Amino acid sequence: MKLTGAQALIKSLEQEKVEVMFGLPGGCILPVYDPLIDSSIRHILVRHEQGAGHMAEGYAHATGRPGVAMVTSGPAATNIVTPLADAYMDSIPIVVITGQVPTTAIGSDAFQECDTVGITMPVTKHNWLVTDAQDIPQIVREAFHVATTGRPGPVLIDFPKDVANQAMDWYWPDAVDLPGYKPNTKGHPKQIKEAARLINEARRPVIYAGGGILKARAAGALRELAEATGIHVVTTLMARGAFPDDHPLAMGMPGMHGNYTAITAMQQSDLLIALGSRFDDRVTGKVGAFAPDAKIIHVDIDPAELGKVRRPDVPIVGDCRQVIEELIKAVRSAQEKNERPDLSDWDRTITGWQHDFPLRYEQPEGGTLKPQYVIESLRDHTPDDTIVASGVGQHQMWTSQFWKFNHPYTWVNSGGLGTMGFAVPAAIGAKVGMPERMVWAVDGDGCFQMTAQELVTASSERIPVKIAILNNAYLGMVRQWQELFYEERYSEVYLSPDLPDYVKWAEAMGCVGFRVDNPEDVVATIEKANEIDDRPVVIDFRTDYREKVYPMVAAGSSNDDVILGPEFNEQDVVQ
Amino acid sequence: MNSTGQHHIFSVLVENKFGVLSRVAGLFSRRGFNIYSLAVSPTEDERFSRMTIVVDAADSPLEQVTKQLNKLIQVIKIAEIGPGEGVERELALVTVKAEPESRAQVTELAAIFDAKIIDVGFDAMTIQTTGTPEQLDAFTDLLRPYGILEFQRTGRVAMAKLVRQAPKLRSVKGKSA
Ligand SMILES: Cc1ncc(C[n+]2csc(CCOP(=O)(O)OP(=O)(O)O)c2C)c(N)n1
Ligand SMILES: [Mg+2]
Repeated sequence: MKLTGAQALIKSLEQEKVEVMFGLPGGCILPVYDPLIDSSIRHILVRHEQGAGHMAEGYAHATGRPGVAMVTSGPAATNIVTPLADAYMDSIPIVVITGQVPTTAIGSDAFQECDTVGITMPVTKHNWLVTDAQDIPQIVREAFHVATTGRPGPVLIDFPKDVANQAMDWYWPDAVDLPGYKPNTKGHPKQIKEAARLINEARRPVIYAGGGILKARAAGALRELAEATGIHVVTTLMARGAFPDDHPLAMGMPGMHGNYTAITAMQQSDLLIALGSRFDDRVTGKVGAFAPDAKIIHVDIDPAELGKVRRPDVPIVGDCRQVIEELIKAVRSAQEKNERPDLSDWDRTITGWQHDFPLRYEQPEGGTLKPQYVIESLRDHTPDDTIVASGVGQHQMWTSQFWKFNHPYTWVNSGGLGTMGFAVPAAIGAKVGMPERMVWAVDGDGCFQMTAQELVTASSERIPVKIAILNNAYLGMVRQWQELFYEERYSEVYLSPDLPDYVKWAEAMGCVGFRVDNPEDVVATIEKANEIDDRPVVIDFRTDYREKVYPMVAAGSSNDDVILGPEFNEQDVVQ
Repeated sequence: MNSTGQHHIFSVLVENKFGVLSRVAGLFSRRGFNIYSLAVSPTEDERFSRMTIVVDAADSPLEQVTKQLNKLIQVIKIAEIGPGEGVERELALVTVKAEPESRAQVTELAAIFDAKIIDVGFDAMTIQTTGTPEQLDAFTDLLRPYGILEFQRTGRVAMAKLVRQAPKLRSVKGKSA
């Protein structure tokens, strides 16, 4: 069968079972948009290419399937660099297709030419420039394979216009041919046995679960491991939902804005079982002072993560689910020989911290609205399996802290890159992937202004996401640092609560807009928003700009120095 | 990045495809490493090329670079050739002043180093020499007083030394089974 390159590309995407893609056409990608009309693939027309990329990410976060975005060359390709970098940092499988000038014009500074492959090389797991239409099925197959296997990540296919118009003989490859790519998924049995031995000897063990748990679809296995060993679990920002927050062994989020118990348990542990986590600086604080007495078991599918920050005592390269399943067996057989270690002292210590140093804030009755109260109200008045996306800043940290994540794949956020503007498009992508679920975005007023126009996309495509803006009239997180570390010298962080008028803006974009400026109206307005299912809703919550995120470990400080915040007296902390 | 004086030789087998060199080079520069020399050539199998990369770096960050290098989809295999574990060769072309009164001395030096005179001008000549990097260093040091006009080195190529031990009979049998 003879096809054009463009037809072959669309057909290859269909072969990969792509159901939806996010994009925006233009000159060089025009030929591909033509066969799209006849395809079963749903295309969602975005208002900015960054939106297409984050939607693809949100879709992948929520479904575990690769998200697909397609844009044209030049400025469109550069517009999608941010989502690629974001997906690269957070190991999100997305496939991005960019148009390119004809191969005959490459290198001539042609209209809308840029070196997309060169620009995106450092932020993709791999990328391809198609130079012959005959290669298209092979490349598409490889691209999806690379994006979704091993440590997942973004890939890009750069697609010149003449290749799109070139004729090819259709085929579908039955295998990929990548001699240099063979991810190792099965952990080394000897290492697993050694890990089980350390686990059965530890007196103050902590499971340090990272985003890799979710990528490996290992939440069930993780829970089984925790229950089999009785070991408490911290879930990093990327792993929220990987272990249920309502589980008695859950300690919640560690790190810079983690809770006291999670931070301190890691700090004082004698064994850290790192599962799909990467010792990020936001988790470890000052590396040299991090968990000084802990031995380390480190499981990751990416060998480069083992020893990158902290040298593990037992490194295990493998898929988290497979390794955890083997580890459970090894632990059980070790438990048969020796008694299960007595962790009751350690458990009591942990419960004591949880009791003494919970997350705290105060919502004065009739007073200014506290952001934490908005998040708790949202949490308590939405279904348990609601998917929540967030932007980057204070609102993100409060959401991670105060939401109860009891199910995997309910938290969609930008962890590694910290991309403001992520929430709105990511929530849209998640809702497209999971239309039956309620999807809320908790966004900052600063973040919202970066990508809000995608609500036009959501309105016109009837994607009923709900957005809660925590409008503190500030680039709040930056303000917090200026308050604490720059002697309250506020430089370029004020945004104004009324400009723009978020309610009018929402309405102009085809959404329903509400405004809430006192605690009494919070729940009623959330319930009104929950009733609306035919268009997006935006709620402008006017929150207290003075509120800061606590606990906090200042950048570069040791995790021993947790600042608890004004709700606690200094003497409360007895080390 | 400052020189550490530590040279590490990597022999990297890569897919012979467009853009591989820039992926490899980009990875080094992104992680702050300086490539000291680099030689790329086809191999006996046309699908692959071999890069011999000499890097100036301390051990521990280098481990991260090799692991990252391994992650590149088009990198097939990496071998680090440790000090004394390989055979290394490099080629240099040197154009040196050779006026009538010094010409004989330069020619003599070239002969000692088994170098070849490949071009002769009115008062200069170009000499080709191959050897280990140290031999090349020594040769150029000795030529320098005569006046080096132009100088180029290829960067080294290296291969692991062959095993000299005869395989045990049993393992030979095991292989064929
Ligand atoms: C694209 C981008 N630019 C700048 C930053 C730096 N930054 C981090 S948080 C933040 C403030 C975010 O403000 P807002 O969305 O209002 O959230 P808040 O902290 O007030 O909750 C800024 C500017 C960033 N993370 N991303
Ligand atoms: Mg704000």
